Amino acid sequence: MDADPENEPTYPMKNYTGDDHKRLNWERPSQQEENIEILKSNERPSISAVFGTASPPSGLSGMIRRQAFKYSESSYAHWLPLLLADRINVVEGVIQDLTEGTIPNIFVEKGWKSDLKYNRKGLVKRVLIQTAVLGVVVLCLTQKNKRKGFSKFFF
Amino acid sequence: MNFRGPFRVRASEKPDPVILHPEDAIIKVTKSCICGSDLHLYHGEVPDTRVGMTFGHEFMGEVVDIGSGVHKLKVGDTVLVPFNIACGKCAFCKQELYGNCHESNPQASAVGGIFGYSHTAGGFDGGQAEYVRVPYADVGPTVIPEGMDPEDALLLTDVVPTGYQAAEMGGIKKGDTVVVFGAGPVGIMAAKCAWLFGAARVIVIDHLEYRLEFVRNYANCEAYNFESLGDPVLFLKKTTDWFGADVCIDAVGGDAAGSALQTITGRKLLLQAGSATALHWAINSVKKGGIVSVVGVYGPTDNLIPIGNVVNKGITIRANQASVKRLLPRLIDHVMAGRLDPKAMITHRIPLEEVADAYHIFSAKLDNCIKPILIMPSAR
Repeated sequence: MDADPENEPTYPMKNYTGDDHKRLNWERPSQQEENIEILKSNERPSISAVFGTASPPSGLSGMIRRQAFKYSESSYAHWLPLLLADRINVVEGVIQDLTEGTIPNIFVEKGWKSDLKYNRKGLVKRVLIQTAVLGVVVLCLTQKNKRKGFSKFFF
Repeated sequence: MNFRGPFRVRASEKPDPVILHPEDAIIKVTKSCICGSDLHLYHGEVPDTRVGMTFGHEFMGEVVDIGSGVHKLKVGDTVLVPFNIACGKCAFCKQELYGNCHESNPQASAVGGIFGYSHTAGGFDGGQAEYVRVPYADVGPTVIPEGMDPEDALLLTDVVPTGYQAAEMGGIKKGDTVVVFGAGPVGIMAAKCAWLFGAARVIVIDHLEYRLEFVRNYANCEAYNFESLGDPVLFLKKTTDWFGADVCIDAVGGDAAGSALQTITGRKLLLQAGSATALHWAINSVKKGGIVSVVGVYGPTDNLIPIGNVVNKGITIRANQASVKRLLPRLIDHVMAGRLDPKAMITHRIPLEEVADAYHIFSAKLDNCIKPILIMPSAR
């Protein structure tokens, strides 16, 4: 009764037609054949009429993704495992490359070739820092192993 | 383009896409942009971004195959393809919310399908490739009008509509002061479009001098470096007679700089869905009863923003993915009339084979990069 038809804060983004009140009862496009595994949000009654077919879930990351999709988009149990799966998927990608005989060229894949042209100082700084960090890690590990060996020998 | 993990992409061979649905078309891509929002994927901030995926939601090319249900396009047409995948039939599409289609993304209910934008946006391979599958080809793809520069058409797929809709959602009225956070391509376009809606003053805030210089000239606006302002919110209050801006636009999203707390929790530790610095500043810089328009992209979890101030100031927040199809007729008109010159924002044209360099240049802001586009072998 008090509704103001002009008070439509989503206009002109939304050209209100009243279709919202019909809910999901529109004439659906035909369904794309589902011949790969598609993970479906549990906030939907069915998969959408079309979907992408890039990188179906596989391996350990796929198992985590399947678990994640048991939870709604409102849940951390949905999104945080997906982020974890993404990181595991990176390792799986490297393993897949190696099994296919491809050694990933990290220098090229990270685009550092462009640093040679536009950012030499930054590249040198990055290489020095990463070398130093790697050196410290190697030093720590070798010291630890030496101590372990020392302990084994005398005790 | 083949995503291998955060900060790692490469050019490699993948099988050519095929028709999987009667309403599909296959497009031979000629040019494709890298979008600022692709950097969120590239940085590993968007959940369910799987290794092996091809990014790219801003592209144009030639129709080389169509499904049996496609009637408006024909093989040989040169088209620009909106970044939204929209069915045209659901309740949302019918109401022109083409960015919110309910029939293009099984993995999430909160966002419609977007080309090359993770499985959270439908798992579609994108257009940073030689060929791409385009679903609902009668709805989104638009034949490029005769006389339009192809690079102008290319930027009509996302950047221009998103910048325009940012200004539109701001509900700008004649005489308004509009503040745009972010001088990336979308922020630049939002600043330019703010004048079309009658703004009297347009202010852009960023921290990259070369971009501030560009937007000053391109959008004929004021532009300030927040690193030299101290507290940008305080500066904006002072410069608006201690009132606040009428409209603030967040054109940055989750990769914002400017707050150590936001950067560490949002970008480094991923404890929130990106760094919400720009949105935080927008809420605090707008006047009481003002409008904050958000087109910056954030992840799907949570962000630290001063929601108490939204309530106390009576702010209206308006946000959405741009409804490209709805806006195209108006924007084509603006471009053809010379009121908008999108291609002027393009700073780098890079072969697809050098996609890793292109991403790094854009991400690290090397060589004064504003907008890089990838040129496919067929277009060289």
